[in-house]
Amino acid sequence: MSSIGTGYDLSASQFSPDGRVFQVEYAMKAVENSGTVIGLKGTDGIVLAAEKLILSKLHEPNTNRRIYNVDRNIGMAFSGLIADARQIVEIARKEAANYRAQYGVSIPLKYLNDRVSMYMHAYTLYSAVRPYGCSVILASYEDKEPNMYLIDPSGVSYGYYGCATGKAKQSAKTEIEKLKLGQMTCRELAKEAAKIIYTVHDELKDKNFELELSWVCQESDGYHVRVPDSVYADAEKAAKQAMEADSESDTEDM
Amino acid sequence: MPPVLNAFGPAFADDWRDAPHSTGTSIMACEFNGGVVIGADSRTTTGAYIANRASDKLTKVTDHVYCCRSGSAADTQAISDIVSYHLNFHGMELGVEPSVEVAASVFQELCYNYRDSLMAGILVAGWDKRKGGQIYSIPIGGMCVRQPVSIGGSGSSYVYGYVDANFKPKMSKDECIKFVTNCLALAMSRDGSSGGVVRLGIITEEGVERRVILGNELPKFYEEGSV
Repeated sequence: MSSIGTGYDLSASQFSPDGRVFQVEYAMKAVENSGTVIGLKGTDGIVLAAEKLILSKLHEPNTNRRIYNVDRNIGMAFSGLIADARQIVEIARKEAANYRAQYGVSIPLKYLNDRVSMYMHAYTLYSAVRPYGCSVILASYEDKEPNMYLIDPSGVSYGYYGCATGKAKQSAKTEIEKLKLGQMTCRELAKEAAKIIYTVHDELKDKNFELELSWVCQESDGYHVRVPDSVYADAEKAAKQAMEADSESDTEDM
Repeated sequence: MPPVLNAFGPAFADDWRDAPHSTGTSIMACEFNGGVVIGADSRTTTGAYIANRASDKLTKVTDHVYCCRSGSAADTQAISDIVSYHLNFHGMELGVEPSVEVAASVFQELCYNYRDSLMAGILVAGWDKRKGGQIYSIPIGGMCVRQPVSIGGSGSSYVYGYVDANFKPKMSKDECIKFVTNCLALAMSRDGSSGGVVRLGIITEEGVERRVILGNELPKFYEEGSV
């Protein structure tokens, strides 16, 4: 980074002369080092997919998950520093539980997003703390309406039809833009999500990865759950086939 | 109790000087096919004294949620003011009006947490997009339960049978208004702490329509000595 050593990057509470907060930008870098995570909004719900990079063969599968439940009908997927993100999951769960206790209904995602992003933003304001090194995707299906937000370490958040964060977010976004998100069901999107995670995975740099797939949709009765084994298997199969077809066409070109 | 000076004995003591204002009341709410009808009498008493013969016990909480108050006038006014503030603020945060269910939950939380100091029996009624017309009854201990028709206040004890016999689900608006008016008129004629006029509110998607049925316009039923 060009401004390393200028001294303006030591604290989250100080601007650089050209109006930047370097600590926040470094936090974004931390996010870019981790596996890709995407969210896709369909007609009947939302699909979340994560590329979980496996750093050691000794790790058990299905541990260190990237996708969590915040409430029965709300899912959270994240990329970045896992420990940081787990703390965000924790406060989001508390927010959801408090809301339920006070108002007797589940928390509207718009409101949860406001609260969580405000919380993350607060950590970009003081010299005694550092920003969260993670981005989170919040997804819900409430009253037959799918909703999805992505929050950055800066505390900025937007609603999305399709979003991506992590290592290969740029190429993932390009892939997502090719989909007709407004017309697809979650079953179709689960396959597409798997395909995207497989295609953007960089085999040269990261050898092993595990695909995580969850959805919150009509088919899951509005609950956020990991996709059923059959859906997972189909999606993984479709992704692997697409990869093979891709590499075959590559060799033909040569 | 100060010495009794009137000729009618302790029941008519001059307790109006120190007894609390309470809405010894008849209140009612009833679902119909497009919303809810709420109704109440208009009597506020201080002991045996009628402190107000034209009070309004149907209180606005949000544009589509009203509550019917019974019990201590001071307590129920304070609660509905707090809830109304809370919900309007929450509505601004959400960008949409809070649902009737949420409104009832906020009422319940106050009524339950302060159950030892409050005397309040409240019916929360309103309309929202998700579930249409709804009524939640929050009696004295802070319970909250949804009911298609609900009555409350001291006058209600006299008309449970009438309500059970005459309530039909999915009535038309006019049918429902007639039903509520009849119930309240009957309750008011039997209950000494209820009376005055009948105030009605009809809550639908369009909002609230308020009506008053004056004492001389109330439906007449059998009264002892009149036949």
